[in-house]
Amino acid sequence: MKSFADHQRQRMALYGWMLVTPALVLLSLFAFAPAVITVWESLFSRGTVRRPRQFVGFENYQALFSDPTFAQVVQNNLIYAAATIPISVIIALGMALWADSKIRGRGFVRAAYFTPTMLPMIAAANLWLFFYTPDLGVIDRITALFGAGSTNWLGQHETALGAVIVVTIWKEAGFYMIFYLAALQTIPPDLREAATIEGAGRWQYTWRIALPLLMPTTLFVLVNALINSVKLIDHLFILTKGGPDNASKLVLYWIWEMAFAFFDNPAAAAMTTLVLAVLAIVAGLQFRFLERRIHYR
Amino acid sequence: MTALATPLRRSALPALDTIGAWLLAIVWVAPLLFAFWAAFRTPAAALSFDLSSPLTLNNFAVAWAGAPWPRYFFNTWLLVTVILAGQFTLCTLAGYAFARFSFPGRDVLFILILMQLFILPEVLIVENYAMVSRLGLFDTTLGIGAPYMASAFGIFLMRQAFKSVPIELEEAARVEGCGWLGVLWRVYVPAARPTYLAYALVSVSTHWNNFLWPLVVTNSNSTRPLTVGLSLFGAPESGVNIAVISAATLMTIAPLLIGFLIFQRQFIQAFLRAGIR
Repeated sequence: MKSFADHQRQRMALYGWMLVTPALVLLSLFAFAPAVITVWESLFSRGTVRRPRQFVGFENYQALFSDPTFAQVVQNNLIYAAATIPISVIIALGMALWADSKIRGRGFVRAAYFTPTMLPMIAAANLWLFFYTPDLGVIDRITALFGAGSTNWLGQHETALGAVIVVTIWKEAGFYMIFYLAALQTIPPDLREAATIEGAGRWQYTWRIALPLLMPTTLFVLVNALINSVKLIDHLFILTKGGPDNASKLVLYWIWEMAFAFFDNPAAAAMTTLVLAVLAIVAGLQFRFLERRIHYR
Repeated sequence: MTALATPLRRSALPALDTIGAWLLAIVWVAPLLFAFWAAFRTPAAALSFDLSSPLTLNNFAVAWAGAPWPRYFFNTWLLVTVILAGQFTLCTLAGYAFARFSFPGRDVLFILILMQLFILPEVLIVENYAMVSRLGLFDTTLGIGAPYMASAFGIFLMRQAFKSVPIELEEAARVEGCGWLGVLWRVYVPAARPTYLAYALVSVSTHWNNFLWPLVVTNSNSTRPLTVGLSLFGAPESGVNIAVISAATLMTIAPLLIGFLIFQRQFIQAFLRAGIR
């Protein structure tokens, strides 16, 4: 005969599963199944009316690797990540230090830094047209004061990706600032007093005391920034459409283009699989780090 | 030497700090200010930065007439509401299960769900599009919202909130005769109210601004949200000038921006609460 406790435990298990089922169904439909199907689809050729699709192994990947656009787009995205991540994180830290110090108009300064976070990328891109328009834009007007000619910032090879990067940094820095601001406010004021008594200057305090204490926040922000360097591509639709000649094309935009403009789903699936693999590595590293942190605590 | 340097540093640095912080703040809001400037000028004067150019509301009239904005506003409003309702329901139930129930496979399941933090819906647009079409949800508000409803982030957030509720509160409610769902509704949900508020603000501002996925799964004005409408309206092919684009851009961001300026503290707190794990 089953004891009361056993019976109770079974009921708990049943309720537990019932409660998670709705979420699990939707997650399976829109995250797990699509991820698995993507990997599977990347192994098949594109079916046409006359020729049904067939298993081709890694042919789609080979085609991808031999496509010069692939190298260009991956390189662009690496530059995009290598520029946006450190620059926006450093600006965010500076903003947080300022927004946390006793300066006049702190409320306005804080709001100003955070405002871009509240705007859609599409709107941000529209706003930045004011800077990038040749001749009439803000940047060209300023450079004209120093005698420079007009520059087609969005339309030429050398500057298109840089212009896109600047918009992303502008959009993201204020968001990351928030996390630093919160972390700074948890540092006990005694530490600062002690440091001052010991004769530590501002730089010493920031470098030796504040920054080490901000490390967990920095890690969190870095992971977010890394994910965003894959995700934030909306402004390309307004500013450059990946051009000129792929100069500012990023991976996710390329996936969209392959699937919804060129209808080349196998290529899009192969590229998506590669992105998922990169994200899985990031996830694995983060989980390991978190586990270690929990251990030490 | 040091005696001289110390007071100097004390007075000069804060001033420099203030100037630096303000300069950066002005640079940061400059794009918005330029749009504001241009939206109220004639198209010819929009980029002239001539203070004497006349003010006009004509750009707003032209922009307003150029696209079904009321419909776009309604679509976006409906979208964020549907997503939020779905998220609240699903994440509350799942968060409750992970916080207070022990069942076989729970920990494995939780890690599986956390994986979704990295399987971004944005990256899966192609197969999610196929899935939404298969389910007959293409070009519907539910179709745009469905991939975001069971959010791993939300489940995690609610689990943390429920875990911090003292177990004595639950026991007291039990003594008074509450069942499992009664405890959730009477004890946990009210206790987690600040978390719900934070989650709502983050969710609404995220989905108000979302673009790529809605672009992919909509093809008619009856479901398109504001962001997609704005991108169509402002596309270079449409030949609209920058003054009108500025007016349209300001119109679409106004509700969220005004909300933010009024409830600034709550918004910033919300992003903090939601972000710190």
